[in-house]
Amino acid sequence: MANLHKFANPTLFLRLSRALLPWCVGIAVVTMAVGLYLGLFVAPPDYQQGESVRIMYVHVPAAWMALFVYTLMAVASAVSLIWRHLLADLVAKAAAPLGAGFTLIALATGSLWGKPMWGTWWVWDARLTSVLILFFLYLGHIALTHAFDDPGRGARAAAILALVGFVNVPIIKFSVDWWNTLHQPASVLKLGGPAIHPTMLWPLLLMAVAFTFYFIALLFLRVRGEIAARKLRALQLARAAR
Amino acid sequence: MGSISEFLAMGGYAAYVWPAFGVAAVVLVGFVISTLRTLRARERALAAREGADHAETGGERTA
Repeated sequence: MANLHKFANPTLFLRLSRALLPWCVGIAVVTMAVGLYLGLFVAPPDYQQGESVRIMYVHVPAAWMALFVYTLMAVASAVSLIWRHLLADLVAKAAAPLGAGFTLIALATGSLWGKPMWGTWWVWDARLTSVLILFFLYLGHIALTHAFDDPGRGARAAAILALVGFVNVPIIKFSVDWWNTLHQPASVLKLGGPAIHPTMLWPLLLMAVAFTFYFIALLFLRVRGEIAARKLRALQLARAAR
Repeated sequence: MGSISEFLAMGGYAAYVWPAFGVAAVVLVGFVISTLRTLRARERALAAREGADHAETGGERTA
């Protein structure tokens, strides 16, 4: 336990994040450049979907991130509720808007992909509806975090929402198998290996790596901002008490 | 030139493919800008507060 607390120490976090930030930015920029090049210029059009399949290279990584970020928030929320750890609160608070952003990208690009392929912008099926619920969970988390004068109470309420809402994550993942849906089933993360040609798999994976390191870099910066805000608040309270 | 306009036409799906990449770019770049702005503003405010407290207490350490 002592070790865990050592890593959750803001001073250590600040040192580590400062050292890792340039690497995260570098990896994100390079993988995004190569991923975009391969996805837009090298990868072939799909034999059924034609050039519209290129939407996949932003849609799928964004959707993966939407689930990954929520999972991270649920873990941080559990740590926060069990060990009352400040840094876990700040991570969840800093991650929520980014997760909402990824979910928004997944929804918007999915709509833009659905129109030419399915003939509709939107359909109330299991996959799309559960992802829309994920988006509202993110918004609810952001609202709860800011709903109290005491940031600790806001963080606790938001942490409970994040944990309760986590039930939605496996529902999203398996919605395409459990229910009839227009959405196609998984083609990369499935038993028996990816059912997608390497010329399409590579740009997809590179974009996923790019989105992941983009997220880590921004999370570092946003947690740094939250630490500064908490320090400022502590100084202001100390001043008011004098 | 033909190949560039052909590329931009995206086999007839330009109206869907480019807005999809555009939405992603706007959201991702927007978060970078807002994150850096907020971070700078908070670090400036914190430095100012610490400076003022330091001056008031004559160098004594505060919370």
